[in-house]
Amino acid sequence: MVKENLIKIDQEDKESIASSGFEFEESKRMATFFQQDDEPFLFHSLLEGVDILPMGELLNRFPQFYKLKGEAFKMLKKTLPEDINKGYFIRVKKNTVLELPIQACLFLKKANFKQKVHNLVVVEEGAKVYLITGCTASKSANEGFHLGISEFFIERGAYLNFTMIHSWKEDITVRPLSVALLEEGAHFVSNYVCLRPVKDIVMSPVAILKGEDAKASFNSLILGYKFSNQDIGSKAILRANKTQVEIVSRVVSLGGCITSRGYIKAEAKYVKGHLECRGLIINEKGRIYAVPELETEFRDVDLTHEAAIGKISKEEVEYLCARGMSFQEAQSIIVRGFMDVNILGLPSLLQQEIKNLEDKILNKGL
Amino acid sequence: MLQIKNLYVEVGGDLILEDINLSIDEGEVMILFGPNGSGKTTLIKTILGFEGYKIRRGEIIFKNKVINNLSTSERANLGLGIMFQHPPKIYGVKLLQIAEYLCKDKENIEKLAKNLSLKAHLSRDINIDFSGGEMKRSELFQVILQNPDLLLLDEPESGVDIENISIMCKVLNKFLSHRKKSALIITHTGYILDYIEAKKGCVMIEGKLWCVGEPRRIFNTIKERGYEKCKECVWSRRI
Repeated sequence: MVKENLIKIDQEDKESIASSGFEFEESKRMATFFQQDDEPFLFHSLLEGVDILPMGELLNRFPQFYKLKGEAFKMLKKTLPEDINKGYFIRVKKNTVLELPIQACLFLKKANFKQKVHNLVVVEEGAKVYLITGCTASKSANEGFHLGISEFFIERGAYLNFTMIHSWKEDITVRPLSVALLEEGAHFVSNYVCLRPVKDIVMSPVAILKGEDAKASFNSLILGYKFSNQDIGSKAILRANKTQVEIVSRVVSLGGCITSRGYIKAEAKYVKGHLECRGLIINEKGRIYAVPELETEFRDVDLTHEAAIGKISKEEVEYLCARGMSFQEAQSIIVRGFMDVNILGLPSLLQQEIKNLEDKILNKGL
Repeated sequence: MLQIKNLYVEVGGDLILEDINLSIDEGEVMILFGPNGSGKTTLIKTILGFEGYKIRRGEIIFKNKVINNLSTSERANLGLGIMFQHPPKIYGVKLLQIAEYLCKDKENIEKLAKNLSLKAHLSRDINIDFSGGEMKRSELFQVILQNPDLLLLDEPESGVDIENISIMCKVLNKFLSHRKKSALIITHTGYILDYIEAKKGCVMIEGKLWCVGEPRRIFNTIKERGYEKCKECVWSRRI
């Protein structure tokens, strides 16, 4: 696929795409996948250890991986809603350690379009990778819809840090569904960042830790605008002994309705799980509903949760106002601090990129 | 610089300060003594216009302007600065962020941070896991960078060891040596009198100001006779 496809994208769309973490120059990326509506515009890898291609080509190129489609969902005894042939396939070969991230972007351009993708990510034994996926829409994509199915296969001792950045607009409906399977000693970090308005989103990604000593963490930073409805959760099933999970979310309602769920089920012994949800309500009309759930039939488990929601502390605002900041400035700096990108466990370069995106959005004021 | 006339303040419906009259001239440092709960912090927070400190009567005049109805940030921008006794912890907000907001000169920030042994704290969340002494140094650091004309210091030396009091006072003295800078300093222990040159002191008891005079003399009287005696003895010199 040729890069000219990306060059043709107009400036306004480029800004939307960049706001989802996509880097056009690719100077800080190892591989790239870009899909507009249902058309893969660009996919290439700078490294032999990484295969990246559209799902439509998977059966011909790698039939052995095509068979994995739907396998992760079977572990949940769930069948997929549809057979979809769009989206990306990424495979990081055994023991390949990537210094820079892989990027993927799913972009909605046409009005009333229903974008449906099924992504497959395979991180082979001992490999280590950061994957940043941005999902965003053009101004022209009125009343758009995005269904994103993702399956992650993280093999023995492999590490996947998956950061998904949603940068939608007020009239887009989004339904992501994802399952990650973790083998022995695998480590999965799933980050979710949503700082722009969206009409309606319901998602609850699942990690099944089926190998001993596997570790997972889910971190979410969510900003809820007026008229947005966000029902966002994370689920972890600790199926093997000595597995661990941590689910952390920071949500801020500017008038929108946010449901922040977390569910940990211990199905084995000597496992550890912790859930933490913190929420701030800025606007009186906002609503936050925190639902932390823990479940087990075993005694030798350590499952904990904490949740706290409320308004911004008056003392903190006054403290900053006494330094000369206006009420709005103080509120904005506190919210930016609360939406701490440090929780995402990213390498410093990528962390700075996300922080810059966050600053750009939050500096405009709340 | 600051004039308080006939000030009555209530907090949560209770009258806390009564008939306060006070004046601090340009370049003047005033020491405010008083037992716990006497209303000293209430006075400082009222001067800065914090929520919940309601002026029932009277006026606060700063730089010839009545500031009763100004917001806290407007008062700060007019030249009032505070060193908090119990500053809040703010997650995710770095000391350096505040420093850069207060002062555009990066060299100056670095230099002052070094003088106050705060270089390692610049990248840390404000007041999170700071010791008592570190918190005080960070407060002084911020307020000096803010460069106010009137400093309001609420027990700057409490919880600070002797060595650090000396470091802090050195910085403070340098700032106050500029003849136009003024300060109102609340002290409990009086240690600060060994380091700061102040010509005026007053005592607050039960929400009232009882006397005004040479601060070391007042402090010695308090040490010898306690606050109650002090109140009786200087009754006649009521301001």
